[in-house]
Amino acid sequence: MTGAKILLKSLTELKVDTIFGYPGSSILPVYDALSEFPLRHVLTAHEMGAGFAASGMARATGKPGVVIATSGPGATNLVTAIADAFMDSVPLIAITGNVELKNLGHDCFQEVDIFGMTMPIVKYSYIVKSVNDLEKIIFEAFEIATTGRKGPVLIDIPFDVLKDETDYCGNFSRLPVSSSYDLKDVEKIANLINDAQKPFLYLGGGGVDYSDRIIEFADLIKAQIGVSFMALGSVPSDHKGYVGIVSDDNKPLQEILSASDIVIALGARFNSRISAFDKIKNKTIIQIDIDGAEIDKNVLCNNYLIADIGTALDKLMPLLKEKENKELQNLSPVVKGRGKEIIFELSNFLPDDAVIITDVGLHQIWTACTYPFKKPRTFITSGGLGVMGFGMGTAIGVALATNRKVVLITGDGSLRMNVAEFETAVKLKIDLTVICMNNSSLGLIKKIQSKFYGKRFVECDEPKLNFANLAKAYGGEGITLSRTANVKEALEQSLKMKKPLIIDCEISDKEF
Amino acid sequence: MIKNNKTERHIISILTKNQPGVLSRISGLFSRRGYNIDGLTVCATEDESYSRMTVTVSATEQTANQIVEQLKKQIDVIKVLDLKSGDVALRELLLIKVNAGAKERSELCDLCTIFKAKALDTTQSTMMFELTGNTSKIDAFIDVLVPYGIIEMARTGGAALERGKNEN
Repeated sequence: MTGAKILLKSLTELKVDTIFGYPGSSILPVYDALSEFPLRHVLTAHEMGAGFAASGMARATGKPGVVIATSGPGATNLVTAIADAFMDSVPLIAITGNVELKNLGHDCFQEVDIFGMTMPIVKYSYIVKSVNDLEKIIFEAFEIATTGRKGPVLIDIPFDVLKDETDYCGNFSRLPVSSSYDLKDVEKIANLINDAQKPFLYLGGGGVDYSDRIIEFADLIKAQIGVSFMALGSVPSDHKGYVGIVSDDNKPLQEILSASDIVIALGARFNSRISAFDKIKNKTIIQIDIDGAEIDKNVLCNNYLIADIGTALDKLMPLLKEKENKELQNLSPVVKGRGKEIIFELSNFLPDDAVIITDVGLHQIWTACTYPFKKPRTFITSGGLGVMGFGMGTAIGVALATNRKVVLITGDGSLRMNVAEFETAVKLKIDLTVICMNNSSLGLIKKIQSKFYGKRFVECDEPKLNFANLAKAYGGEGITLSRTANVKEALEQSLKMKKPLIIDCEISDKEF
Repeated sequence: MIKNNKTERHIISILTKNQPGVLSRISGLFSRRGYNIDGLTVCATEDESYSRMTVTVSATEQTANQIVEQLKKQIDVIKVLDLKSGDVALRELLLIKVNAGAKERSELCDLCTIFKAKALDTTQSTMMFELTGNTSKIDAFIDVLVPYGIIEMARTGGAALERGKNEN
């Protein structure tokens, strides 16, 4: 069997059903063999879109997403998607072709050292030097990507390795790798929590698979609950004690955080952008994380557990006393401004399991603050890297992985970056609604320039672009929602369309 | 909770798989996370499928912990030890060439005896020595040679092992 077939056979054995990619000469042996395997390949408009689609699939399901690209530019176009997956701990498998082994390092046509380039942004990476290693490497890569703290793995395969032949041995099954847990502080932590009066839970992306137990835990100790972008949806927004996103804009939450006497971080890395964390340094801080390197990295803690959140809570909860019922605060979103009004109204039309994807900018913050999320993995965003242009490719991956209603909330700046993938959605007949907050400007940049640069607005205005017309040009549907149009009516009509649709919403550029 | 904010010297011993890219993966981790390397030695071990890296860094306790934890996460890393507090044998190797005419030669040979250094080469106007020892011994030897005029020198990073039977 050729290396190309071994690759595809291994992917099928690993229960991959969809891969995203873009052909090029170095990876063509894989494309040549595609039809022999039960794999759906999705051709995107750009490798970046393919990378994000694979990432979207992984983010929506927790299972690895697979993207393939050719050498050189194909590989470099994946870099942003790989970096994004690394920051947000997403199990992404990136497979690139490369020039022949003997030519590596000779600056050949479309040769690039993608292995070296991506080293700081992968969990692990390989250059496959012999076809005999390929099968083992693919199984190992899936293992690495999906265990412990998840992350992207790159497999760079030279052209001749794809062409060379060897036997498929079928011996490699995925073995559970031993995780190095450290639970020795569990009794101390239980005592600290039992003695505390006002616990505050800070949830990060590490808890997304354990939401039921987290809720039990929060209820047991009567905690106020704040979340990071990555954890949004892990706890229903109407749950007792839920106070929303921990951000500098969420002032009422900061007061609650300041009033608390113990802060328990579950799978969260204390984002450096949030100044609220400077104020908790004198409180008792407990960190629970699967990644030992997160302990004491950005904020020093008193005690910690290193384990997945489920295991840690299983050990901790039996040692806790149920706290007496007391008044817990709930913060409801403040729906002010046209953008937030549209987002909030949207929630009245969508089922709880609809998946909301965002790009990066004002619309992202509005969505995170306003939309009442109810279920884990229903809010998908580029949290750590903050990639504009993330949304369109990601939405395609999410839609294919979940078969649920998928809505991309974006802005005109972000949508411009990768709007070409709208055509991919049209081609695949995906039930995708894109809500574009079109203020003909880079709103978040404007907000920052307004706040920190004396309102000197530089390079943040864009010409008016009619995205509804653009959507039609791509073969989808498009409607324009003027500033005065009735949001309810428009949403009611448009969400019934089963075709990919862009709702181009006019927003004032003064609305931050 | 970590309270000690003093910068101290840490010797970090890393046992890794002997694999292409390991050195750049590990050294890259140090550079991009902003840890300064004072010395780095990569060497073979008793098992050819593994290599040992010995990295010396000046760091606070918090940073040193971070370094160890980040290293532990690397797939190629088998074992990481911060040897700061342990009972450790550390050796560096120095090759040094100094100006030495006929007059200075016997004086330099005396210094050699004191430091247990070896004279490797002599010409009419130069001498070259070899010395192994811990960092402070090597520093001291260089200091006494400065007045003669150091022509050039090569100094390795440290190789370190814990003393005793400790397997951790």
